[in-house]
Amino acid sequence: MSLKEKLQSSYIAFEDHLEADSPLHDLRTAAMKSFEDQGFPSKKDEAWKYTSLNSLLKVDYSVFPNGENAIELKDVKKYFLHEIDTYKLVFIDGVYSSFLSETTHDTIDVCLMSSALNKAKYKPIIETYFNKVATKESLTSLNTAFTKEGAYIRIPKHKEAQKPIEIINFSTGNEAATLLQPRNLIVVEENAHVQIIERHQSLSKNAVLTNSVTEIFAEKRANVDYYKIQNDKENASLIDSTYVSQERDSICSVHTFSFGGKLTRNNLNFRQLGEGCDSILNGVTIIEGKQHVDHNTLVHHIAENCESHQDYKGIFDESSTGVFNGKVYVEKDAQKLDAFQQNNNILISDKATINAKPQLEIFADDVRCSHGCTIGQLDEEALFYLRSRGIAMKEARALLMYAFANTVLESVKIPELKTRINKLIANKIGVNLGFQV
Amino acid sequence: MLHIKDVHARVEEKDILKGISLNVNAGEVHAIMGPNGSGKSTLASVISGKEEFELTQGEITLNSEDITELDPEERAHKGIFLSFQYPIEIPGVSVTNFIKTAINENRKAKGLEDMPASDMLKMIREKADLLEIDRKFLSRSLNEGFSGGEKKRNEIFQMAMLEPKLAILDETDSGLDIDALKVVANGVNKLKAKDNAVIVITHYQRLLDYIVPDFVHVLMDGKIVKSGTKELAYELEEKGYDWIKEELVK
Repeated sequence: MSLKEKLQSSYIAFEDHLEADSPLHDLRTAAMKSFEDQGFPSKKDEAWKYTSLNSLLKVDYSVFPNGENAIELKDVKKYFLHEIDTYKLVFIDGVYSSFLSETTHDTIDVCLMSSALNKAKYKPIIETYFNKVATKESLTSLNTAFTKEGAYIRIPKHKEAQKPIEIINFSTGNEAATLLQPRNLIVVEENAHVQIIERHQSLSKNAVLTNSVTEIFAEKRANVDYYKIQNDKENASLIDSTYVSQERDSICSVHTFSFGGKLTRNNLNFRQLGEGCDSILNGVTIIEGKQHVDHNTLVHHIAENCESHQDYKGIFDESSTGVFNGKVYVEKDAQKLDAFQQNNNILISDKATINAKPQLEIFADDVRCSHGCTIGQLDEEALFYLRSRGIAMKEARALLMYAFANTVLESVKIPELKTRINKLIANKIGVNLGFQV
Repeated sequence: MLHIKDVHARVEEKDILKGISLNVNAGEVHAIMGPNGSGKSTLASVISGKEEFELTQGEITLNSEDITELDPEERAHKGIFLSFQYPIEIPGVSVTNFIKTAINENRKAKGLEDMPASDMLKMIREKADLLEIDRKFLSRSLNEGFSGGEKKRNEIFQMAMLEPKLAILDETDSGLDIDALKVVANGVNKLKAKDNAVIVITHYQRLLDYIVPDFVHVLMDGKIVKSGTKELAYELEEKGYDWIKEELVK
């Protein structure tokens, strides 16, 4: 039985538990049909030309893993930003762990998608926001059909989350290969502010495929900082689709740090609906072995006087492969736009590959759009500079790579997170630096 | 200390150094002057071991040891230091972290343990004071957004920390105003000792008012065409380089 067939039959069983008369039921059914019609994406699809899911789809995944896998805090503490106090939404094999989590309903809602979907008081929210910015793309549709659990975060008007919120999805792999489909909904109302850190972490040797979908709504003047840390094990693959809807004068940044995992696909989709929006999309990718990271970004500019800034840096060693497919789409009314896209890559080994495809589609006539893309090796002049100070070749190369990746960190607003990522980068590259300044 | 004998060097099939000989003894300051494109910076790069330059003929020894086959870092470990004309920006690596890394890499090469943190800190403070460098400056990313003067001062700070046997200052005066020039020159002078030597590469005599050379050499078209004492520098300042050319033709 193919994975698609398995999912079809699982869906019938899953649907049995759902109330047939809820509006969500129709939505799920339509989403499942959309997935069935499209099937899994293949290399024939332009957007998937350089990323093949074939080997991942051959695995026999458990679609509804047994939800009783407990893990000890001491075993997973290192995956949390434990230096500071945070709200935490922790899921183990797709099931909420109240033991590891710290939720709140005090002023802001940091709780569960399952509550939001099932409790009457959240009905208006779900009706207004759920699946409203997510597209009908096949994997997103599949996630919508199977939506069950994930993070639900709402920051009301003029409120600010007093501490960052961590969303962590652990997979224990206790029963062979696992398919996880977390679904997050984040609503940041007028002039509200939130910082979110998301992480997916496999804890076993068994394969895990995560098909995650996140919808973010930034209302008028809202401010959202979202950080994705992708440093998973070799057996873990992630397809992340994050959809952001921005209203007037909102600022939303998404930083993606991809250092691990077997295959990672980041679909990042911004829609700027109101004037004066600012979207920031930053990423650092440092991979080796046979790892594959694909960034697929779209910034859809609809309104006037907006900005978008994309800065993606990649370092590829051994036989690793990277993809950067960045599209900026400017509608005819999106005048006075300032859009900037930068993608710089360093290939360390002859076997490493990067496929970069920047795309600008502009229908407005009074805009400033620029993009730059480089693929190269380390700067010889800079290497000589370091070596002339007595720093050996290997360390000198590492320092330069560190410096190259580091520029993206400037805009990380949580100091402890910045330090943590700094260390991850230094570790990954093998530089030995004390971080006291 | 440094002996350069009949050195020829080329880059990308182009001959730049065409037979240079130079002897620098411990305790001496040598100035190398010459018009643009005469090979001054190439000479500095060749001594420091920059790989894009191919040594086609001649020999370079440091304290009687042939260094022509050594990597740049190995030459640094033996005490050669080059102050760059255009120092490179390294974002994310602070001046302090950079110099710590460099010092400890040099120690590692000599089989020594890392310098204890307290000694390192003390030394950094001492040398920063010597060059009138603000402490805040030390936590900035190396050369990133530095003014021309800050970059050069930072080069000499690195020199002060690494305590080289042979320091080559490549156009250290360019981009410096007179006050910065004095600070930098003062730093260099304080570092001068009986057992080390300095080669100053410059266009202008100005720097030599502050770092007084024992010898002045004029480099033209890849060769040292004239050597003398510091008076030669004044003569060059006054008359330019053309008179030497004319003298050569005769």
